[in-house]
Amino acid sequence: MVRRIMLALVIGVLFVGLLGTGSLAAPKELTIGLSVPSLSFTWFSFLKGAVEAEARKLGNVKIITVDAENKTSKQMSDIEDLIVKKVDAVLLVPIEVKALIPAVEDLNRAKIPVATVDRRIEGSGLDILVHVGADNVEGGRQAARYIGKLLNGKGNVVEIEGTPGSSPARDRGKGFNEVLKNEFPNIKVVFRQPADFRRADGMNLMENIIQSGKDFDAVFAHNDDMILGALEALKARAGGKKVITMGFDAIEDALNAVEDGTLNGTIEQFPGKQAATALDILVEYLRTGKAPSSKTIWIQPKVITKANLDDAEKRLK
Amino acid sequence: MTLDARTAAETAKHEGGLWVSESPGGKVSFWRILAERYAILFGFLVICAILAMLCPNFLSVANILNVLRQVSITGIMAIGATFVILTGGIDLSVGSVLALAGILAAGMQVVHEAGVFVSVLVPLIVTGLLGILVGLVITKCHVAPFIVTLGVMSVARGATLVYSKGYPISGLTREFRFIGGGLIGQIPIPVIIYALVAIAGSIVLSQTRFGRHVYAIGGNQEAARLSGVLVEKTKIIVYGISSLTAGLSGVILTSRLNSGEPVAGVGQELDVIASVVIGGTSLMGGEGGIFGTVIGSLLIGVLNNGLNLLNVSSFYQQIVKGLIIVAAVIFDQLRRRR
Repeated sequence: MVRRIMLALVIGVLFVGLLGTGSLAAPKELTIGLSVPSLSFTWFSFLKGAVEAEARKLGNVKIITVDAENKTSKQMSDIEDLIVKKVDAVLLVPIEVKALIPAVEDLNRAKIPVATVDRRIEGSGLDILVHVGADNVEGGRQAARYIGKLLNGKGNVVEIEGTPGSSPARDRGKGFNEVLKNEFPNIKVVFRQPADFRRADGMNLMENIIQSGKDFDAVFAHNDDMILGALEALKARAGGKKVITMGFDAIEDALNAVEDGTLNGTIEQFPGKQAATALDILVEYLRTGKAPSSKTIWIQPKVITKANLDDAEKRLK
Repeated sequence: MTLDARTAAETAKHEGGLWVSESPGGKVSFWRILAERYAILFGFLVICAILAMLCPNFLSVANILNVLRQVSITGIMAIGATFVILTGGIDLSVGSVLALAGILAAGMQVVHEAGVFVSVLVPLIVTGLLGILVGLVITKCHVAPFIVTLGVMSVARGATLVYSKGYPISGLTREFRFIGGGLIGQIPIPVIIYALVAIAGSIVLSQTRFGRHVYAIGGNQEAARLSGVLVEKTKIIVYGISSLTAGLSGVILTSRLNSGEPVAGVGQELDVIASVVIGGTSLMGGEGGIFGTVIGSLLIGVLNNGLNLLNVSSFYQQIVKGLIIVAAVIFDQLRRRR
């Protein structure tokens, strides 16, 4: 809303200014490259949709999306291609934070401003206009607090991990376990197993855990797809007690599951808002030369339950 | 292997036979043949014994059915892949083809609101035709199977993403979900389908002329051609079979998950090829069979299940899995040499 008012003001000022000079030229068309890790993951296709919607809102902004197909090497060459295409700016969602440093250096050399979203690239002497992200560690902490509260501080938890060694899996797991250790000493993680962020793997893993016969009261998965797979396995369990389930990312299928009561909650990181904010800052910088006041903008994650479903960013059609 | 296609066909009778076996020297006991040809079976039983000692629930009926159901997805694909690998070829596209079939099945259900019959048939027709197309390109344009199927792996994954726009397609009908989730008596339907596919594959390989031709081509393609085997036609059918089994697995997986997943099956072709090779089918072709492949798939499935049950840390899991797979094959090779 605030942004809209700002935009209206800006347009108004521009319009008045243009009338004053007597020329009615629209702002110059900008071409902005968007590089994402993999469009096969719901999260990133959602992000792409949000960027395109924001671009339409801003007007005269063209988005070229390149898909790295989950390979760092491809993301590197994607960025090189964008430089060759002479885009005005790049919106980068890095797969891997260290490996993409050379790509950012190339962009700096070509004098193309770059903003990063979601994962942060840290290196000395890099010029990144702004980083907009959500704190995955904080998201993990919130998930742990929510489960801890529902269990009244006592019980057994299953943690379904993302791809071993990937940064969201590391961070979400870190936050989750840190809070359990410090704030809920009577909650034990009885299983900690990977399911590669995929539904099918989440389902297989949960079936195996059910077979182990060990008792557990809650399940936390590092993303929604894995918890949705696990829910399929839990549904098929004969005479099982209801366990608390918690996902991460707030994808549409998960929100539907929260709505019909099969899933207790998920963590919303507002990817659309993250990406749109980064795009706004880039466009403003290109059109007015105004750099943002802060180099980093954190969007606070939020637990989404049945009570506050409307706070979630619904999937853009 | 001699350079004589007739011998190759003879061998086919021995190699391809799953339960029935004759040898040139007359009748040999069933167990003896098992021991000689499928040393891997003993490796598999040893691993099962170890797991049974480590986790009490491993040998429960519920867990055995659970492992079989999990294995059926990769297992069905591995049956088709056995045909391809027996001819000395390789099919890297199966993981992507599984995803394509899965997303098409979900799309038929959700977007087009089609019935179960159509939702199953459309993906099977599409994947079957895709496989035949692969076979045509390999045989008519003389491109290495590795390259063609690598290309199709990318094309099929891309088509999956285009069709689904990168989103999972969920919310399938109860009837359709019965395919992956239903039971007949105690037995999950995917396991029954897997058994039927394995038996059919075994019969085709050991009892039909087509099966003998598959072995002959893998043994020595030129000799097979000279003795009148229709090499090209056989190869085209073989890639069709491989793609079709991947499509069938995709439909079953979607039904089990209650959702078509665009990232399904990424990297699964490696598990499929590993199942076949662990089962004693030579990557050079001409040697091996369905029974070994089934054991190979079970070995990988049992490992995944056991490592979950034991709650082994995710970092160590990959090391353990890799070592056991290689050890199993080394053990198999040693037994054969003796």
